[in-house]
Amino acid sequence: MSTDEGAGRPMTMIEAINDALDIMLARDPDVVVLGEDIGFFGGVFRATAGLQAKHGKTRVFDTPISECGIIGVAVGMGAYGLRPVPEIQFADYIYPGLDQLISEAARLRYRSAAEFIAPMTVRTPFGGGIFGGQTHSQSPEALFTHVAGLKTVVPSTPHDAKGLLIAAIEDNDPVLFFEPKRLYNGPFDGYYDRPAKVWKGHADAVVPDGHYTIPLGKARTVREGEALTILAYGTMVHVASGVVESLGVDAEIIDLRTLVPLDIEAIEQSVRKTGRCLIVHEATRTSGFGAELSALVTERCFYHLEAPVERVTGFDTPYPHSLEWAYFPGPVRVGEAIERLLAAD
Amino acid sequence: MTMEAVPPAGANRPVLALHVPEPRFRPGDPVDFGFLTIPPAGAQPRPDETCAPAETFPLCTDLVRVLGDDDQAHGPWDPRLSADGMRTMLRLMAMVRVFDGRMYRLQRQGKTSFYLKCTGEEATSVAATMALDAGDMIFPSYRQQGCLIARDYPLLEMVNQIFSNRADKLKGRQLPILYSAREVNFFTISGNLATQLPQATGFAMASAIKGDSRIASAWVGEGSTAEGDFHNALTFAAVYNAPVVFAVVNNQWAISSFSGFAGAERTSFAARAIGYGIAGLKVDGNDALAVYAAHAWAADRARLNHGPTLIEYFTYRVEGHSTSDDPSVYRAADEGTGWPLGDPIARLSAHLIAIGEWSAEAHAAMLTELDGEVRTAIRAAEANGILGHGLHQPDTTMFEDVYETMPWHLREQMAQALHERAVKYPPEVQP
Ligand SMILES: Cc1ncc(C[n+]2csc(CCOP(=O)(O)OP(=O)(O)O)c2C)c(N)n1
Ligand SMILES: [Mg+2]
Repeated sequence: MSTDEGAGRPMTMIEAINDALDIMLARDPDVVVLGEDIGFFGGVFRATAGLQAKHGKTRVFDTPISECGIIGVAVGMGAYGLRPVPEIQFADYIYPGLDQLISEAARLRYRSAAEFIAPMTVRTPFGGGIFGGQTHSQSPEALFTHVAGLKTVVPSTPHDAKGLLIAAIEDNDPVLFFEPKRLYNGPFDGYYDRPAKVWKGHADAVVPDGHYTIPLGKARTVREGEALTILAYGTMVHVASGVVESLGVDAEIIDLRTLVPLDIEAIEQSVRKTGRCLIVHEATRTSGFGAELSALVTERCFYHLEAPVERVTGFDTPYPHSLEWAYFPGPVRVGEAIERLLAAD
Repeated sequence: MTMEAVPPAGANRPVLALHVPEPRFRPGDPVDFGFLTIPPAGAQPRPDETCAPAETFPLCTDLVRVLGDDDQAHGPWDPRLSADGMRTMLRLMAMVRVFDGRMYRLQRQGKTSFYLKCTGEEATSVAATMALDAGDMIFPSYRQQGCLIARDYPLLEMVNQIFSNRADKLKGRQLPILYSAREVNFFTISGNLATQLPQATGFAMASAIKGDSRIASAWVGEGSTAEGDFHNALTFAAVYNAPVVFAVVNNQWAISSFSGFAGAERTSFAARAIGYGIAGLKVDGNDALAVYAAHAWAADRARLNHGPTLIEYFTYRVEGHSTSDDPSVYRAADEGTGWPLGDPIARLSAHLIAIGEWSAEAHAAMLTELDGEVRTAIRAAEANGILGHGLHQPDTTMFEDVYETMPWHLREQMAQALHERAVKYPPEVQP
């Protein structure tokens, strides 16, 4: 997976993202980073801290508050030959940019027969767990996986965040890079009432120095097992891992890492082995990415299944403020689904 | 592959350079606002409310001011309010500030997740709302708590919302301060910037379609004028001559981005009106009398079927963006104290004192009284619960109002949520 991967040191996910941007700005003069508050200030989550001072104001710069404008100019920059990395401050604010993303960035290659491409990587924090209410908590990934021409990536560890982000930036197609904000500063197993954990000391927080990539479209087996397969991404990888550990279940957990293109081989292999499949995401359920996963598993592994495929998701409501933890697909929801799947025969 | 970056030999063309705006002052820099042209109070002409839009264009780059450095009211924009009217205005602005101070502290004590002050900008919401009729519809941004307070919305309702508690009439669904108050004609606040602007235009169009007499008024931060919705709103308002008043609160900052990132290096925000051919005014936003006069002018104009007005309230965001922000990282500490247009509460108070209608003692007594009112509201709200302490709305409320009637899948999910609560909190530990 690596090119010139060095020794490595522990980082938070924010630091890993910052490092990936720093490396790409240094390596490739065509990379530019732009977004609201990302320049001098370094971003509301500090993901771009120090980058403007190091790489200059024409490589890393603040933008007007216009998501449509941000994506639109990134399309134009891509047409020139740059490799823009726009940040949308929260995924909840990406909607004004949808026309430029869906009608333009996603289709430039197709409609121009590859005369023009949109090699941009749109970074955006997503997901809840920070009492952000309905405009700082959403998980809109399925809106983008539904669009032909867009790639969708979701890291779950600092190590993967850096390698995937570099791969996304180097990719010639438009990539939506969803950063699970609840994981920025530490892993989160869904026990909101326990002290927050930090990345330090976590195996996957050791981030290699220098440039390395994790190919888009390759899942990661978090844990091997025989009893059932759990397909997850982002924050839910950690929630699922926590539940599996506490229940002592021999589950195989697959962190998808890239939703489109999907590592279908890894999924098929695992489900054929275990015969049971649980899909977990924080996003709302109806027409969520879980529906696609469930369809694929049913279509391709039907004769290996010993139980109906299960989905654990957020509820089909806007993300509530005070009832955040009643909404969140936490350990109880995940645990009961696992038990149902194992009990079925 | 980047296209050829250097002009072909012999082209003899200049090398292009990207301009990236930079604020004048950063942390550690001495602050001097001498570059701002502040015209004397009273010097600006006041055209008739029914004038052609072009008559207002010079005012788009001027600054409408009433209260002078001598604490007296000057010129044609002086709204000639009664002393009682001005005392009410002062009291409402002071209430906003006292309320903000207390709420900020409650957030710091962990009683809620978020708060956001409007310190220094109180006039832009309070005085403007006072210039409207109670029936006019307000489409606020998130920094217009002053509109609610000016419409005598109960403080208790506001604090309940901020605590997301069991008495919160928005059922704990919204981030603190994203109020909704239909009973005082205050539209539900979105967290997504500038969306309220075309909505205000649409409300005003509806009022015109129905031959009503109500108008709409919308507020937006200067940074948010970059959103497409700002331009959508103005285009529609101009095309349909909609009875709507747009207020751009130019507090110079949008989180860490100075107004230059919304175009302020080129011209004023009021001057956007010129391109759309509608009336525009740039107003001293820290001068409560000027704010009142400008908003009343625009409201009358709209009511007389002379269409929309874009007002820029020139002011300064004295505090951080919100409780999640630390402005010392990106702007000079002395900007707030160096702001040449002073403080709206201090200026109006000084004016009332200068005309013999107020005193320092009365002001101090008023502040004590207001603080008492706020504390009473807080105590009452705390009895209904604070964020994260069990006294929240029942879980079923999470599934209500998604649709008018609950479809089967939400009913199933609601049952799941109730089941999960029973597992997490068995009867013996139910809060
Ligand atoms: C569509 C959208 N994009 C981004 C944000 C994040 N955001 C919240 S407030 C803010 C700054 C707005 O500044 P301004 O309009 O000047 O208003 P002020 O906060 O100064 O009152 C930003 C970028 C958002 N809420 N909605
Ligand atoms: Mg502002």
